[in-house]
Amino acid sequence: MFYGVPLTSRLMLGTAQYPSPAVLADAIAASGTEVITVSLRREGVGGTAFRDLIRASGCRILPNTAGCHTVKEAITTAHMAREVFDTKWIKLEVIGHADTLQPDPFALVEAARILCADGFEVFPYTTEDLIVGEKLLEAGCAVLMPWGAPIGSGQGLRNIEGLRTMRAHFDGVPLVVDAGIGAPSQAMQAMEMGFDAVLLNTAVAKAVDPIGMARAFGQAVQAGHLAMRAGLMPPRDMASASTPIFGMAELV
Amino acid sequence: MYSVLGAGVAGLCVATALSERGLPVELVAGPDIPASHWAGGMLAPMCEGESAPPEVVHMGKHAADWWSARFDGVHWRGTLVVASPRDQAELLRFARATRGHHTVDPAQYEADLKGRFSRALYFPEEAHMDPRAAMACLRQRLADRGVATVKTPKGQIIDCRGLAARDQLPDLRAVRGEMLVVHAADVHLTRTVRLLHPRFPCYVVPRGHGIYMIGATMVESDDDGPITARALMEMLSAVYTIHPAFAEAQLLETGTGLRPSFPDNIPCIREAGGRIHVNGMYRHGYLAAPYLAEELADRLTKGLMNAS
Repeated sequence: MFYGVPLTSRLMLGTAQYPSPAVLADAIAASGTEVITVSLRREGVGGTAFRDLIRASGCRILPNTAGCHTVKEAITTAHMAREVFDTKWIKLEVIGHADTLQPDPFALVEAARILCADGFEVFPYTTEDLIVGEKLLEAGCAVLMPWGAPIGSGQGLRNIEGLRTMRAHFDGVPLVVDAGIGAPSQAMQAMEMGFDAVLLNTAVAKAVDPIGMARAFGQAVQAGHLAMRAGLMPPRDMASASTPIFGMAELV
Repeated sequence: MYSVLGAGVAGLCVATALSERGLPVELVAGPDIPASHWAGGMLAPMCEGESAPPEVVHMGKHAADWWSARFDGVHWRGTLVVASPRDQAELLRFARATRGHHTVDPAQYEADLKGRFSRALYFPEEAHMDPRAAMACLRQRLADRGVATVKTPKGQIIDCRGLAARDQLPDLRAVRGEMLVVHAADVHLTRTVRLLHPRFPCYVVPRGHGIYMIGATMVESDDDGPITARALMEMLSAVYTIHPAFAEAQLLETGTGLRPSFPDNIPCIREAGGRIHVNGMYRHGYLAAPYLAEELADRLTKGLMNAS
């Protein structure tokens, strides 16, 4: 449940960098996603035509503050998003470093506090840092979105043990791995680890066939979630034959 | 009589193709600067295939031939695609998504790139031209053929107004593009160079005499206001990566155009509202307009189209 909204698909998809809005619409359909994120910072009020096409997908819209580097920018963009899309949801990104696009945790917590108090339902893009996560929850966030790796890098889950710890620490809090996912296997791994959803963009948008890749991610996320619920076997040191050896014919 | 509305690249190509088939044509120029005024003038269908669908690559295949037959400023020099050492994954992706290229040492083609990039993708069949000179040439040819430019259309309307046709085509949207022109006396490039970057890709098209067009952003917006500082910074830092001597370049011009685009970003011929439309050129005007103009001329001469 994300702010009281149950989702069937646990894949969330970004909408930037696709070859065309038509390919984007087909990719959304192929992925089975129900939540798409949309940026507003650069497009501004002039981006109405594109946003109308996005709305036509029928998905729930999670507007984002991508491209914002300060608390003030993020808050202005969030207010614009609420007005434009008529939603309380906001994916809060406050970028701290222009090259790695790493989140600025201090500005993030500050912006989250202001937006939560203002009635927004905030999805903060954060690192796997536990203390930052706690501060975000304390600020009023009911979802956390730790990064897998820097945005657009396709490196997958760069700090697996850190993410595992975060999952264990925030039991019951919806956690979404956001950013850095490059391959369906990485998305599946996050789901097997018990994350509630995965959000990605570049890996689908910049695939040679975005529609095919969207389908692959949709299935991987579903498979990973099913596997987690079914109970994965823990790795063992020793081989363990799945067929009993006793009673087998001895071929001399 | 056919009345071609709009004197951007679509309108000029359509008027040219129809006139060359002996069909009676007049041109009705609009008040706005056409988006094609801001174009790079790359005739690079293979490179466009990186993100464009096969239809666009197909349309663009003979574009350079079409322009060459009418305009003597087409430079058949191919395209070089490069990436900085840490963005080699982008080069791999580009190579995978396109055809008609091979890997080369860029210094063998452009001496100024010596030591800057160890390898490049070379697309030998591509060309470039100065798009404004090409449009001026088509306008002159039309005038020489006796095609009148009038204020009020008298014939069957062929609407090539680009974004102004949004009143007739509700699914037409604007994609903002920002560009700049510099004079870089110390840079000597003779062909289009594309720099791949995960966030700020750019291309440089030589206009001759040290003049270079640098483009172009793609923003889902219909704001045609002046270039943003961000776009300017990103494009300038990208060309600085191609060659540091661009830092000493003089900035001659910046421009913003709105590309008329359909949801699939594929240029096309349509019939709507009792008129024929040639629109949705997106970023492919110089590639697609000749193809669509010839296609339309074919259909009209064979009587396959009658929108009246």
